[in-house]
Amino acid sequence: MLKTFKVGGVHPPENKLSADKKIEVLPIPKTVFIPVVQHIGAPSTAVVNKGDVVKTGQIIAKSSGFVSTNIHSSVSGKVKKIDLSPDSSGYPKLGIFIDVEGDHWMEEINRSEELVKEFDLDGPQIVQKIQESGIVGMGGATFPSHVKLVPPKGMKAEILLINGVECEPYLTSDHRLMMEKADEILVGTQLLMKAMNVEKAAIGIENNKPGAIQLLTGKAKHYKGISVVALKDKYPQGGEKQLIKAVTGREVPSGGLPIAVGAVVSNVGTVFAVYEAIQKNKPLFERVVTVTGKEVKNPSNFKVRIGTATSELIEAAGGLPENTGKIISGGPMMGRAIISPDVPVTKGTSGILIIPETEAKRKPYRECIRCSRCVSVCPMGLEPFLLMTLGQKQIFDRAENERIMNCIECGSCSYTCPSYRPILDYIRFGKAKVGAIIRTRKK
Amino acid sequence: MSNLLTISPSPHIHSGDSARKIMFRVVYALIPALLWSVFVFGPDALRVTLIAVVACLAFEYVIQKYLMKIKPVITDGSALVTGILLAFNMPANLPWWIIVIGALASIGIGKLSFGGLGSNIFNPALVGRAFLLISFPVQMTSWPVNNRSGIDAVTSATPLGIIKEGIANGTPVSEILKSLPSTVEMLFGENGGSLGEISAILLILGGLYMLFTKVITWHIPVSIIVTVGIVASAFWLVNPEVYISPAYHLLTGGLMLGAIFMATDMVTSPMNPKAQMIYGVGIGLITISIRLFGAYPEGISFAILIMNAVVPLLNRYIKPKRFGEIKKQPIKA
Repeated sequence: MLKTFKVGGVHPPENKLSADKKIEVLPIPKTVFIPVVQHIGAPSTAVVNKGDVVKTGQIIAKSSGFVSTNIHSSVSGKVKKIDLSPDSSGYPKLGIFIDVEGDHWMEEINRSEELVKEFDLDGPQIVQKIQESGIVGMGGATFPSHVKLVPPKGMKAEILLINGVECEPYLTSDHRLMMEKADEILVGTQLLMKAMNVEKAAIGIENNKPGAIQLLTGKAKHYKGISVVALKDKYPQGGEKQLIKAVTGREVPSGGLPIAVGAVVSNVGTVFAVYEAIQKNKPLFERVVTVTGKEVKNPSNFKVRIGTATSELIEAAGGLPENTGKIISGGPMMGRAIISPDVPVTKGTSGILIIPETEAKRKPYRECIRCSRCVSVCPMGLEPFLLMTLGQKQIFDRAENERIMNCIECGSCSYTCPSYRPILDYIRFGKAKVGAIIRTRKK
Repeated sequence: MSNLLTISPSPHIHSGDSARKIMFRVVYALIPALLWSVFVFGPDALRVTLIAVVACLAFEYVIQKYLMKIKPVITDGSALVTGILLAFNMPANLPWWIIVIGALASIGIGKLSFGGLGSNIFNPALVGRAFLLISFPVQMTSWPVNNRSGIDAVTSATPLGIIKEGIANGTPVSEILKSLPSTVEMLFGENGGSLGEISAILLILGGLYMLFTKVITWHIPVSIIVTVGIVASAFWLVNPEVYISPAYHLLTGGLMLGAIFMATDMVTSPMNPKAQMIYGVGIGLITISIRLFGAYPEGISFAILIMNAVVPLLNRYIKPKRFGEIKKQPIKA
């Protein structure tokens, strides 16, 4: 029996159209727009001015606190302006526009493809390097990675979990990275183990990627303490709490962090970035992005410089289809619909999904028939139908008692509702309100 | 591409399953038992079903359009299901006007007075049946004999009715059973009674179809059947001359119809497995109590209606197991 998390979950059609497409390097665009907030936490502070000449890999915005991170230029050229422009959230964000001139990298970056296995840094040095290199959770959460590696007082990490689940339909960037950079990921895993001072690491991969499971299982034998765990495919197994439950059997307590059960989770993309930062001295300024969709001519996986406009990626995948109705940054279950193809790729962009007009709009919703499917698919053991009503009717104290804050917003409830009810929309509304109430109470 | 892209929150895909598709799966699940009743009772079974369905759809349309003044939605399949289930609870020789009154009670009182699909507390088909059983006790309990040899003018009570009367007269159970079909015969549909209760095996078949197409889960039917089975066994083991066997209990009196199709009605059953099992055990206990100690020979429809009333309480106080609220963490990795 393959391992998986126990409660809830759904099986949306996989549609992994680009699973066999090798990662291609996308040509460097003419200009980039690099927002100074690409992570959860305090915005970074720009340290360049209009007219400055920058090199690829140079710091252009500095971390402004512990939960914040550095941002590096992904290209070489001249800073055109520092201005507001919408990112994938749709809101205008402060960012740095750079006109590209050539591709001159910082001298200290090792640009060879050669695998470097040995390292002699100690834990704190690794954490510091990760912090300097601007690494954030690349599965989409974009939480600064160095913060996770330093456990709060009195807590100790026992196991490192590497998230190779990629349970979102369509997306294949993590899958391709595992297929093409397996050794690098394993070295990166060892670096993180050293940084956290743990003896054990497990890489969780869903059973729909047998190639990656086989490859990594074979290679992991040569790395001490790393095992590969094949998981039964089920959405949202890539959720941190679900992955921990699936691999270790432990449940992160409600309201708590993974470290409360001795676990720290990192996405394979993040682990690869850690490898590059430490073994190649290369900060995070490019990432793998899947460009896909049923109508897309050549669904692809691209290695993209941060700040590249989404439209450049779509062009490279065969152009925007005539009947496009929606463009999503991320996967179809948790991704964000973007307002225009001009928004930039950021550190958290795992994919660009193009949805045709016919599937872009939701169907009108009807009364709840109380079928309880939302309850049975909820991976957090909540009652989405009830939380929706409590959100709608603004009964926030009861919503809090019914654990609305435990919702991980995976969308399984809305996905499965036979009356097409916008369950998660109202839960999000309720969460925002209840969250605000809790914050005022703490003051 | 149109100029504007659609912006909406996630998720951006949907399973594609709809309330209408679910309702039609219930209809498909009912078809084998319906065909069997037509085979047994002849065109009369079809007549009762058609009148019930048409009346339910018509009342749904008229009440929604002229009383509630909303856009009628009779195509969602829910009134169709109510119509068939109502017919399944009627004898094949019921006069047409009683059927129409039953449909009005089901749709008008049972469903739309509460606000329509999703808002009703009681199973609409059972509201109709209870209404008729109290208003027309004679017509509702004179079933045509399950006699496939020819036209039947003779009516009789159901096996449970005959047994109840026999026990009341002091006849030993073994004597009464001699005149009734065997357990195996009843399993395969040699039972007397309303349209839909005569073939346990075909109802179970429909139930399995609903289970595999995820219309229902096992919790409610299994907890009802197990409860009735255990309590009936206990009494039977104590005194088999006064109490009939658990198998007989399970195969008669619409128990399968109630457990599989009526108690599992989504709108009127609880919303999580734990509460569903309490609800099922409650139905089982009330059913067997009515059968053993009550005035009616059969009890499941009243048992379901009583437990329907408890559902809001169950939903309020019985919660699913929340993730992250276990006390002891297993240590393995």
